[in-house]
Amino acid sequence: MMSKKLTAYQKVMLARDTKRPKTEDFIQALFDDFIELKGDRLGKEDSGILGGIGWFHGRAVTVIGHRKGRTMEENVKYNFGMPEPEGYRKALRLMEQAEKFGRPVITFIDTPGAYPGLEAEEHGQSIAIATSIARMSSLRVPVIAIITGEGNSGGALAIAVANSVIMYENAVYSILSPEGFASILYKDASQSANACEAMKMTAKDLYDFGIIDKIIKEPAGGMQEDWAGAFKDLDKVLTKELRKYDSLSDIALAEHRYQKFRRIDENYLLDERKMGDR
Amino acid sequence: MSKLFDDRRKQLFTLKKMRENLNGKGDVPETTYTCPICNKEHEKSKLSLNLYVCEACGHHFPISARTRINQLVDRKTFREHTGKLNSSDPISFPGYLNKLGENQGKTGNTDAIVTGVGNIEGNKVEIIVLDPTFMMGSMGSVVGEEFTRAVEHAMKHKLPVLCISASGGARMQEGMFSLMQMAKTSAAVEKFSQMGGFYLSLLTHPTMGGVSASFAMLGDIILAEPGALIGFAGPRVIEQTIHQKLPKGFQRAEFQEEHGFVDSVVTRKSLKKTIGMLLLMHTNTKG
Repeated sequence: MMSKKLTAYQKVMLARDTKRPKTEDFIQALFDDFIELKGDRLGKEDSGILGGIGWFHGRAVTVIGHRKGRTMEENVKYNFGMPEPEGYRKALRLMEQAEKFGRPVITFIDTPGAYPGLEAEEHGQSIAIATSIARMSSLRVPVIAIITGEGNSGGALAIAVANSVIMYENAVYSILSPEGFASILYKDASQSANACEAMKMTAKDLYDFGIIDKIIKEPAGGMQEDWAGAFKDLDKVLTKELRKYDSLSDIALAEHRYQKFRRIDENYLLDERKMGDR
Repeated sequence: MSKLFDDRRKQLFTLKKMRENLNGKGDVPETTYTCPICNKEHEKSKLSLNLYVCEACGHHFPISARTRINQLVDRKTFREHTGKLNSSDPISFPGYLNKLGENQGKTGNTDAIVTGVGNIEGNKVEIIVLDPTFMMGSMGSVVGEEFTRAVEHAMKHKLPVLCISASGGARMQEGMFSLMQMAKTSAAVEKFSQMGGFYLSLLTHPTMGGVSASFAMLGDIILAEPGALIGFAGPRVIEQTIHQKLPKGFQRAEFQEEHGFVDSVVTRKSLKKTIGMLLLMHTNTKG
């Protein structure tokens, strides 16, 4: 259909569209009685990350996501969905809490990246992200990540180390924002449209590479045209994915996630020992 | 699938040929070095004896992985693991294979990492060194895989791990494959740590982006060389974001020590002794 003909750049535009449902909208639609839990317990609350507990079809789950605003005022408050270290420390606190009480963790990814600011560096952006990635890899509960908009850099991955990584069709997931990529590799941020193509950041590219596990289709014009449909599709997918992990023990869940990332590029490495001369 | 395999095989041998033609030398070829801090001129032979540290101002020059291993590891004890893995150019990025070939020729290594087992002050240790002379030590799938294999090797043989980082961050030319290395390597460190393994991380100039936000900052103990730039976002990106000049010394090793992210800044001259002692202290706890 129409959305199949979109260029990567057009998808980036759709993924960033403020009319697209945000983490808060997904939470409201999919989880009952959601209770927000704030703070990193080390001195700060970073609202660039939203977290809490809610019911998913009668099962308590921990939900964590990047929070983007819709208005300028909201965006300033949430720092445009760019978390500081405190946001990642809160996310990690909530994930470890979920593990303690055996709740699945569901994360929503929608961020331009971790905030590149002076204080963020002073407060340990690197170690906050590193620790979140490392600890998330060994959680003994099911973890499902859904990339709903744009997922850029370590700032996205910090909450995306999941047993199942799901992407909406027009969402994008990449090593860096296309603007940042263009500025590093082409020394010209205005080349970002070209960067979008070169980076292979669309759901289809990443599914073909085996980097993500599932794509949720979107109608022409993107899921912003049909919120209800987007929520219904995700509800189905989440139910199915969670059921898949019901039979795995807590240790097996962590091992499943470890092996998934351990082998994620095994078909893309060249080993001189295995290939022989010609 | 078999076509894919054939294509990759072709790529591999193109790379190998380039590597052979260029015939690597390993280290930076100049015979004289100018200190970027105090402008003092150094002859290579003298500078090498001084561990590539400026005797006038104490500036630590970046050094290749091989030089680093020669400086730190006890003579004739290093057994290397790396050298057989090549990147397949997974996202078919224009110009990347050529760039890899050039760097392979320049350094004599297949990628920006050297791993192996050796002794430091008589303590056997798994050693991982990133090479800043190979595409700025950037992490793509080969660096991530070799790092992970080394940590797995250490797990199997119950060895401590020393990782020496020097990296601009994730390798842009491998796109999402590079981002995934952050997960792969961090997960390996996490597993190693849960099994009680000792992981010592040394940060050298520069340790940035995807490397600093993954395995480099996960050390049980984190040391840094003086003046090393360590951080997540690069200074230029931060200045453009916040529209102000950054303070002097921002993100340097001393700044990270002051802010609590580095256990100790250690000069190159004291490194071997300090690392040796720390390794020993993690083997002998019974008294």
